[in-house]
Amino acid sequence: MTMSEEIIIKDIIVGESEDYMINVGPQHPSTHGVLRLEVCLQGETVKYLIPHIGYIHRGIEKMCEFDTYSQIIHLTDRMDYLSAHMNNEAVCLMVENALQVEVPERVKYIRTILDELNRLASHQLWWAAFGMDLGALTTFFYGLRDREKILDIFEESFGSRLLHSFNYPGGLMHDVHPNFQKRTKEFLSYFRKKLPEYNQLLTDNVIFHQRSKGIGYMSKETAIAYGVTGPSGRGSGFSCDVRKYAPYSAYPVVKFEEKLRTEGDTFARYLVRMDEMVESMNIIEQLVDNIPEGDFTAKMRPVLKLPAGEYFQRVETARGELAIYLVSDGNKTPYRMKFRSPNFSNLFVLNKITAGGKIADLVAVSGSLDLVIPDIDR
Amino acid sequence: MNSIYNYIKDILNALRSLWGGMRITGKYFISPGQIVTEQYPENRATLKMTDRFKGEIIMPHDDNNQHRCTGCGICEINCPNGSIKVLTERIPNEEGKMERVLTQHIYHLDMCTFCGLCVKTCPSAALDYGKRFEHSVFDRSKLTKTLNQPGSSLKKEKKV
Amino acid sequence: MSKMYDFSQLTGAIDAYLRANMSPGWAVFTELVIIGLVALLLYALVGLFLVYLERKVCAIIQNRYGPNRVGPFGLFQTVADLIKLLMKELIPIARADKFLFNLAPFIVIIVSFMTLAAMPFALGLQAIDLNIGVLYVLAVSSLGVVGILLAGWSSNSKYSLIGAIRSGAQIVSYELSVGLSLLTVIIFAGSMQLSEIVASQADGWWLFKGHIPAFAAFLIFLIASTAEINRGPFDLAEAESELTAGFHTEYSGIKFAFFFLAEFMNMFIVAALGVTVFLGGWMPFHVGNWEGFNQIMDFIPPLVWFTLKTFFVIYLIMWFKWTFPRLRIDQLLTLEWKYLMPLCLINLVIVAFLVMMGWHF
Repeated sequence: MTMSEEIIIKDIIVGESEDYMINVGPQHPSTHGVLRLEVCLQGETVKYLIPHIGYIHRGIEKMCEFDTYSQIIHLTDRMDYLSAHMNNEAVCLMVENALQVEVPERVKYIRTILDELNRLASHQLWWAAFGMDLGALTTFFYGLRDREKILDIFEESFGSRLLHSFNYPGGLMHDVHPNFQKRTKEFLSYFRKKLPEYNQLLTDNVIFHQRSKGIGYMSKETAIAYGVTGPSGRGSGFSCDVRKYAPYSAYPVVKFEEKLRTEGDTFARYLVRMDEMVESMNIIEQLVDNIPEGDFTAKMRPVLKLPAGEYFQRVETARGELAIYLVSDGNKTPYRMKFRSPNFSNLFVLNKITAGGKIADLVAVSGSLDLVIPDIDR
Repeated sequence: MNSIYNYIKDILNALRSLWGGMRITGKYFISPGQIVTEQYPENRATLKMTDRFKGEIIMPHDDNNQHRCTGCGICEINCPNGSIKVLTERIPNEEGKMERVLTQHIYHLDMCTFCGLCVKTCPSAALDYGKRFEHSVFDRSKLTKTLNQPGSSLKKEKKV
Repeated sequence: MSKMYDFSQLTGAIDAYLRANMSPGWAVFTELVIIGLVALLLYALVGLFLVYLERKVCAIIQNRYGPNRVGPFGLFQTVADLIKLLMKELIPIARADKFLFNLAPFIVIIVSFMTLAAMPFALGLQAIDLNIGVLYVLAVSSLGVVGILLAGWSSNSKYSLIGAIRSGAQIVSYELSVGLSLLTVIIFAGSMQLSEIVASQADGWWLFKGHIPAFAAFLIFLIASTAEINRGPFDLAEAESELTAGFHTEYSGIKFAFFFLAEFMNMFIVAALGVTVFLGGWMPFHVGNWEGFNQIMDFIPPLVWFTLKTFFVIYLIMWFKWTFPRLRIDQLLTLEWKYLMPLCLINLVIVAFLVMMGWHF
């Protein structure tokens, strides 16, 4: 007779080794990345699941120990590639604050506008993939079609669509294209007309309501305990927006609301992101006409050496709070650079909120948490 | 009675929301003018990339086959993953002093991450972005490019 | 109406020619062969065209072109796909029940062939004209479930089994709604014979003559038949984005092509059935007393009318698929048992009352 071994996660016995396990991944038909979920099923119900990560580990934190601060920027691009600009900005802000450099106002405004454009593009891709996971295959194309307009703006100013490496400690690599303001305003007027279509197609749909209301409930205590930040946490009432609590760049001068909902289910997280898209557009509108003239970078030494010590910087990416903890020993490369990635914390709450649900709900919930796996594995 | 009323209300709401969604897709079905696909290989003649498009790194040569690279190697130092190798040699110049001259500027297109640090930090603005993006080859060694053209020389800038 | 070409003239002429030249037994045999070949040809052509049409419709809804490189406007794309599928390796499954595994796709194809036989394409152009036509079509299409369950079971894979069982439950439940919604028109027309039902729509389609109950029945029929053929928002069994491809996961090559083709032909059959019963079959679109309009409409041959209407219903079914997210299995069954069935039954009572009182057109 086989002895069934206990499956233990963190000293808590969750199941037996004779449970009916199926593997979801590492190759997903949905677009989340390489993640392996070992799901224990009982009929149609999920009892527990164990995520296995590390399939796309590239050693970014180790590589940072051999690169200078300006060379680290292109590595942070590739962590959460959908919020590439915000990752870059985190490193630059940390260096600038450590060296006590004052960046020109123009840089702050442009950085914030690009942040919000990036957030919009990321949420558009999330909407596209979320609809596709649930079976509404046309949402994929509508979301991506509109995202192309933002990517065209990026391509005109930076030369690349997704991984920009545009930030540089002290400012930007070069100035934005002269057409930047005009095209951003064109895009805003275009997208404001398209967003009601998104709502009509998916948000109001009764089938979508049934697939997402009441599914994957996450209480506020759970969100705080697991450190779920970003729109996923805000859907449960956890007020955690870094742009409000520790504002950086041009956020102090911008008026915007932090969208909170208290229901905590998939539908609430969905609505938070749709609201955030509108808020991003409002922020861009407030800033795009008022970009002050000036330099696109402050005067920096060619070789940057941070004084020995510990430094910390937080930014709000499209998925939550990215924090960088840096230990420097006075050289031109860091001694240790640690990234607190939002997706890492968001992933591990999946076990708690899908237990007891059906397997079809697993797809909806993991889509609503908006995970980007390279950020987890770094 | 209330439950029957709710039942009927649910059905009518459901039908209304479903019809709303169908109107959006139906609207796109009858407007093929909204098709956004670019017919790629056929439109190569009119396809123009933006000015700053990062297709590859090139060293611009002017009409006299002269470039601006002095062989200082700052791009090589700044490249994060070693995609650039600058080979120089010392030869005597017109005044008889030994001067460093570029022989080969090797660029590994297959390793480049397009971070742009080489273009930004070059003191002589010798490097720039090229607009070609069709780099597929069957043989990986073809992706190791030499940026300075054969027979080219340094364009001497007159110091004002 | 008198101008409409009666195909029974053509079939009668062929029959007379054959009987004159060979013994009655051989004549019947030859006729069967001819019908079989025509049906095969129709099946193949319509199936191939429908696959292409789906990809084009889907593409235009999604703001892109769809297949446009293989042949003019991409018309030969399906042929290329078929050649590819034919050339694929038929992977034998370890410890699978080989006989059932190979039998399942054939069951599915044969079933859709048999239903195709009963459809009236034009006046007199019908392979079998049973006096229980609707019942025959419903009964035969129920046999498709057997094929699906066999496919899932004999694949010896837990994903296929889950998919097949779900699909089986779904099809068996929705057959009730399909049958009950068709029953309303049978009450209106007073006969189950398909050619009689079409003939009774000579002065107007049942969708319009039966006003509200017929419209409700048509809507329920559309929804239920989309679920019957495992399509659209009810394709949980096969398009599950985490459980691979459901009951036909383990099939490759030509066997997969059978399942694939059978799904599209089922769509055609279900649309043809809906058109015959609700939308007037091959009857042209007449409006009341507009003589001139009616005469123009009469010029278009009935076969073209049938095709146009069928493709319109097929377009509706495709429209559903590309707009809505998928339903979960328990939501699917809730929809049927708690919403569609009671509505069907109530509708039936209303229609019976209407016919008794003569309150329809």
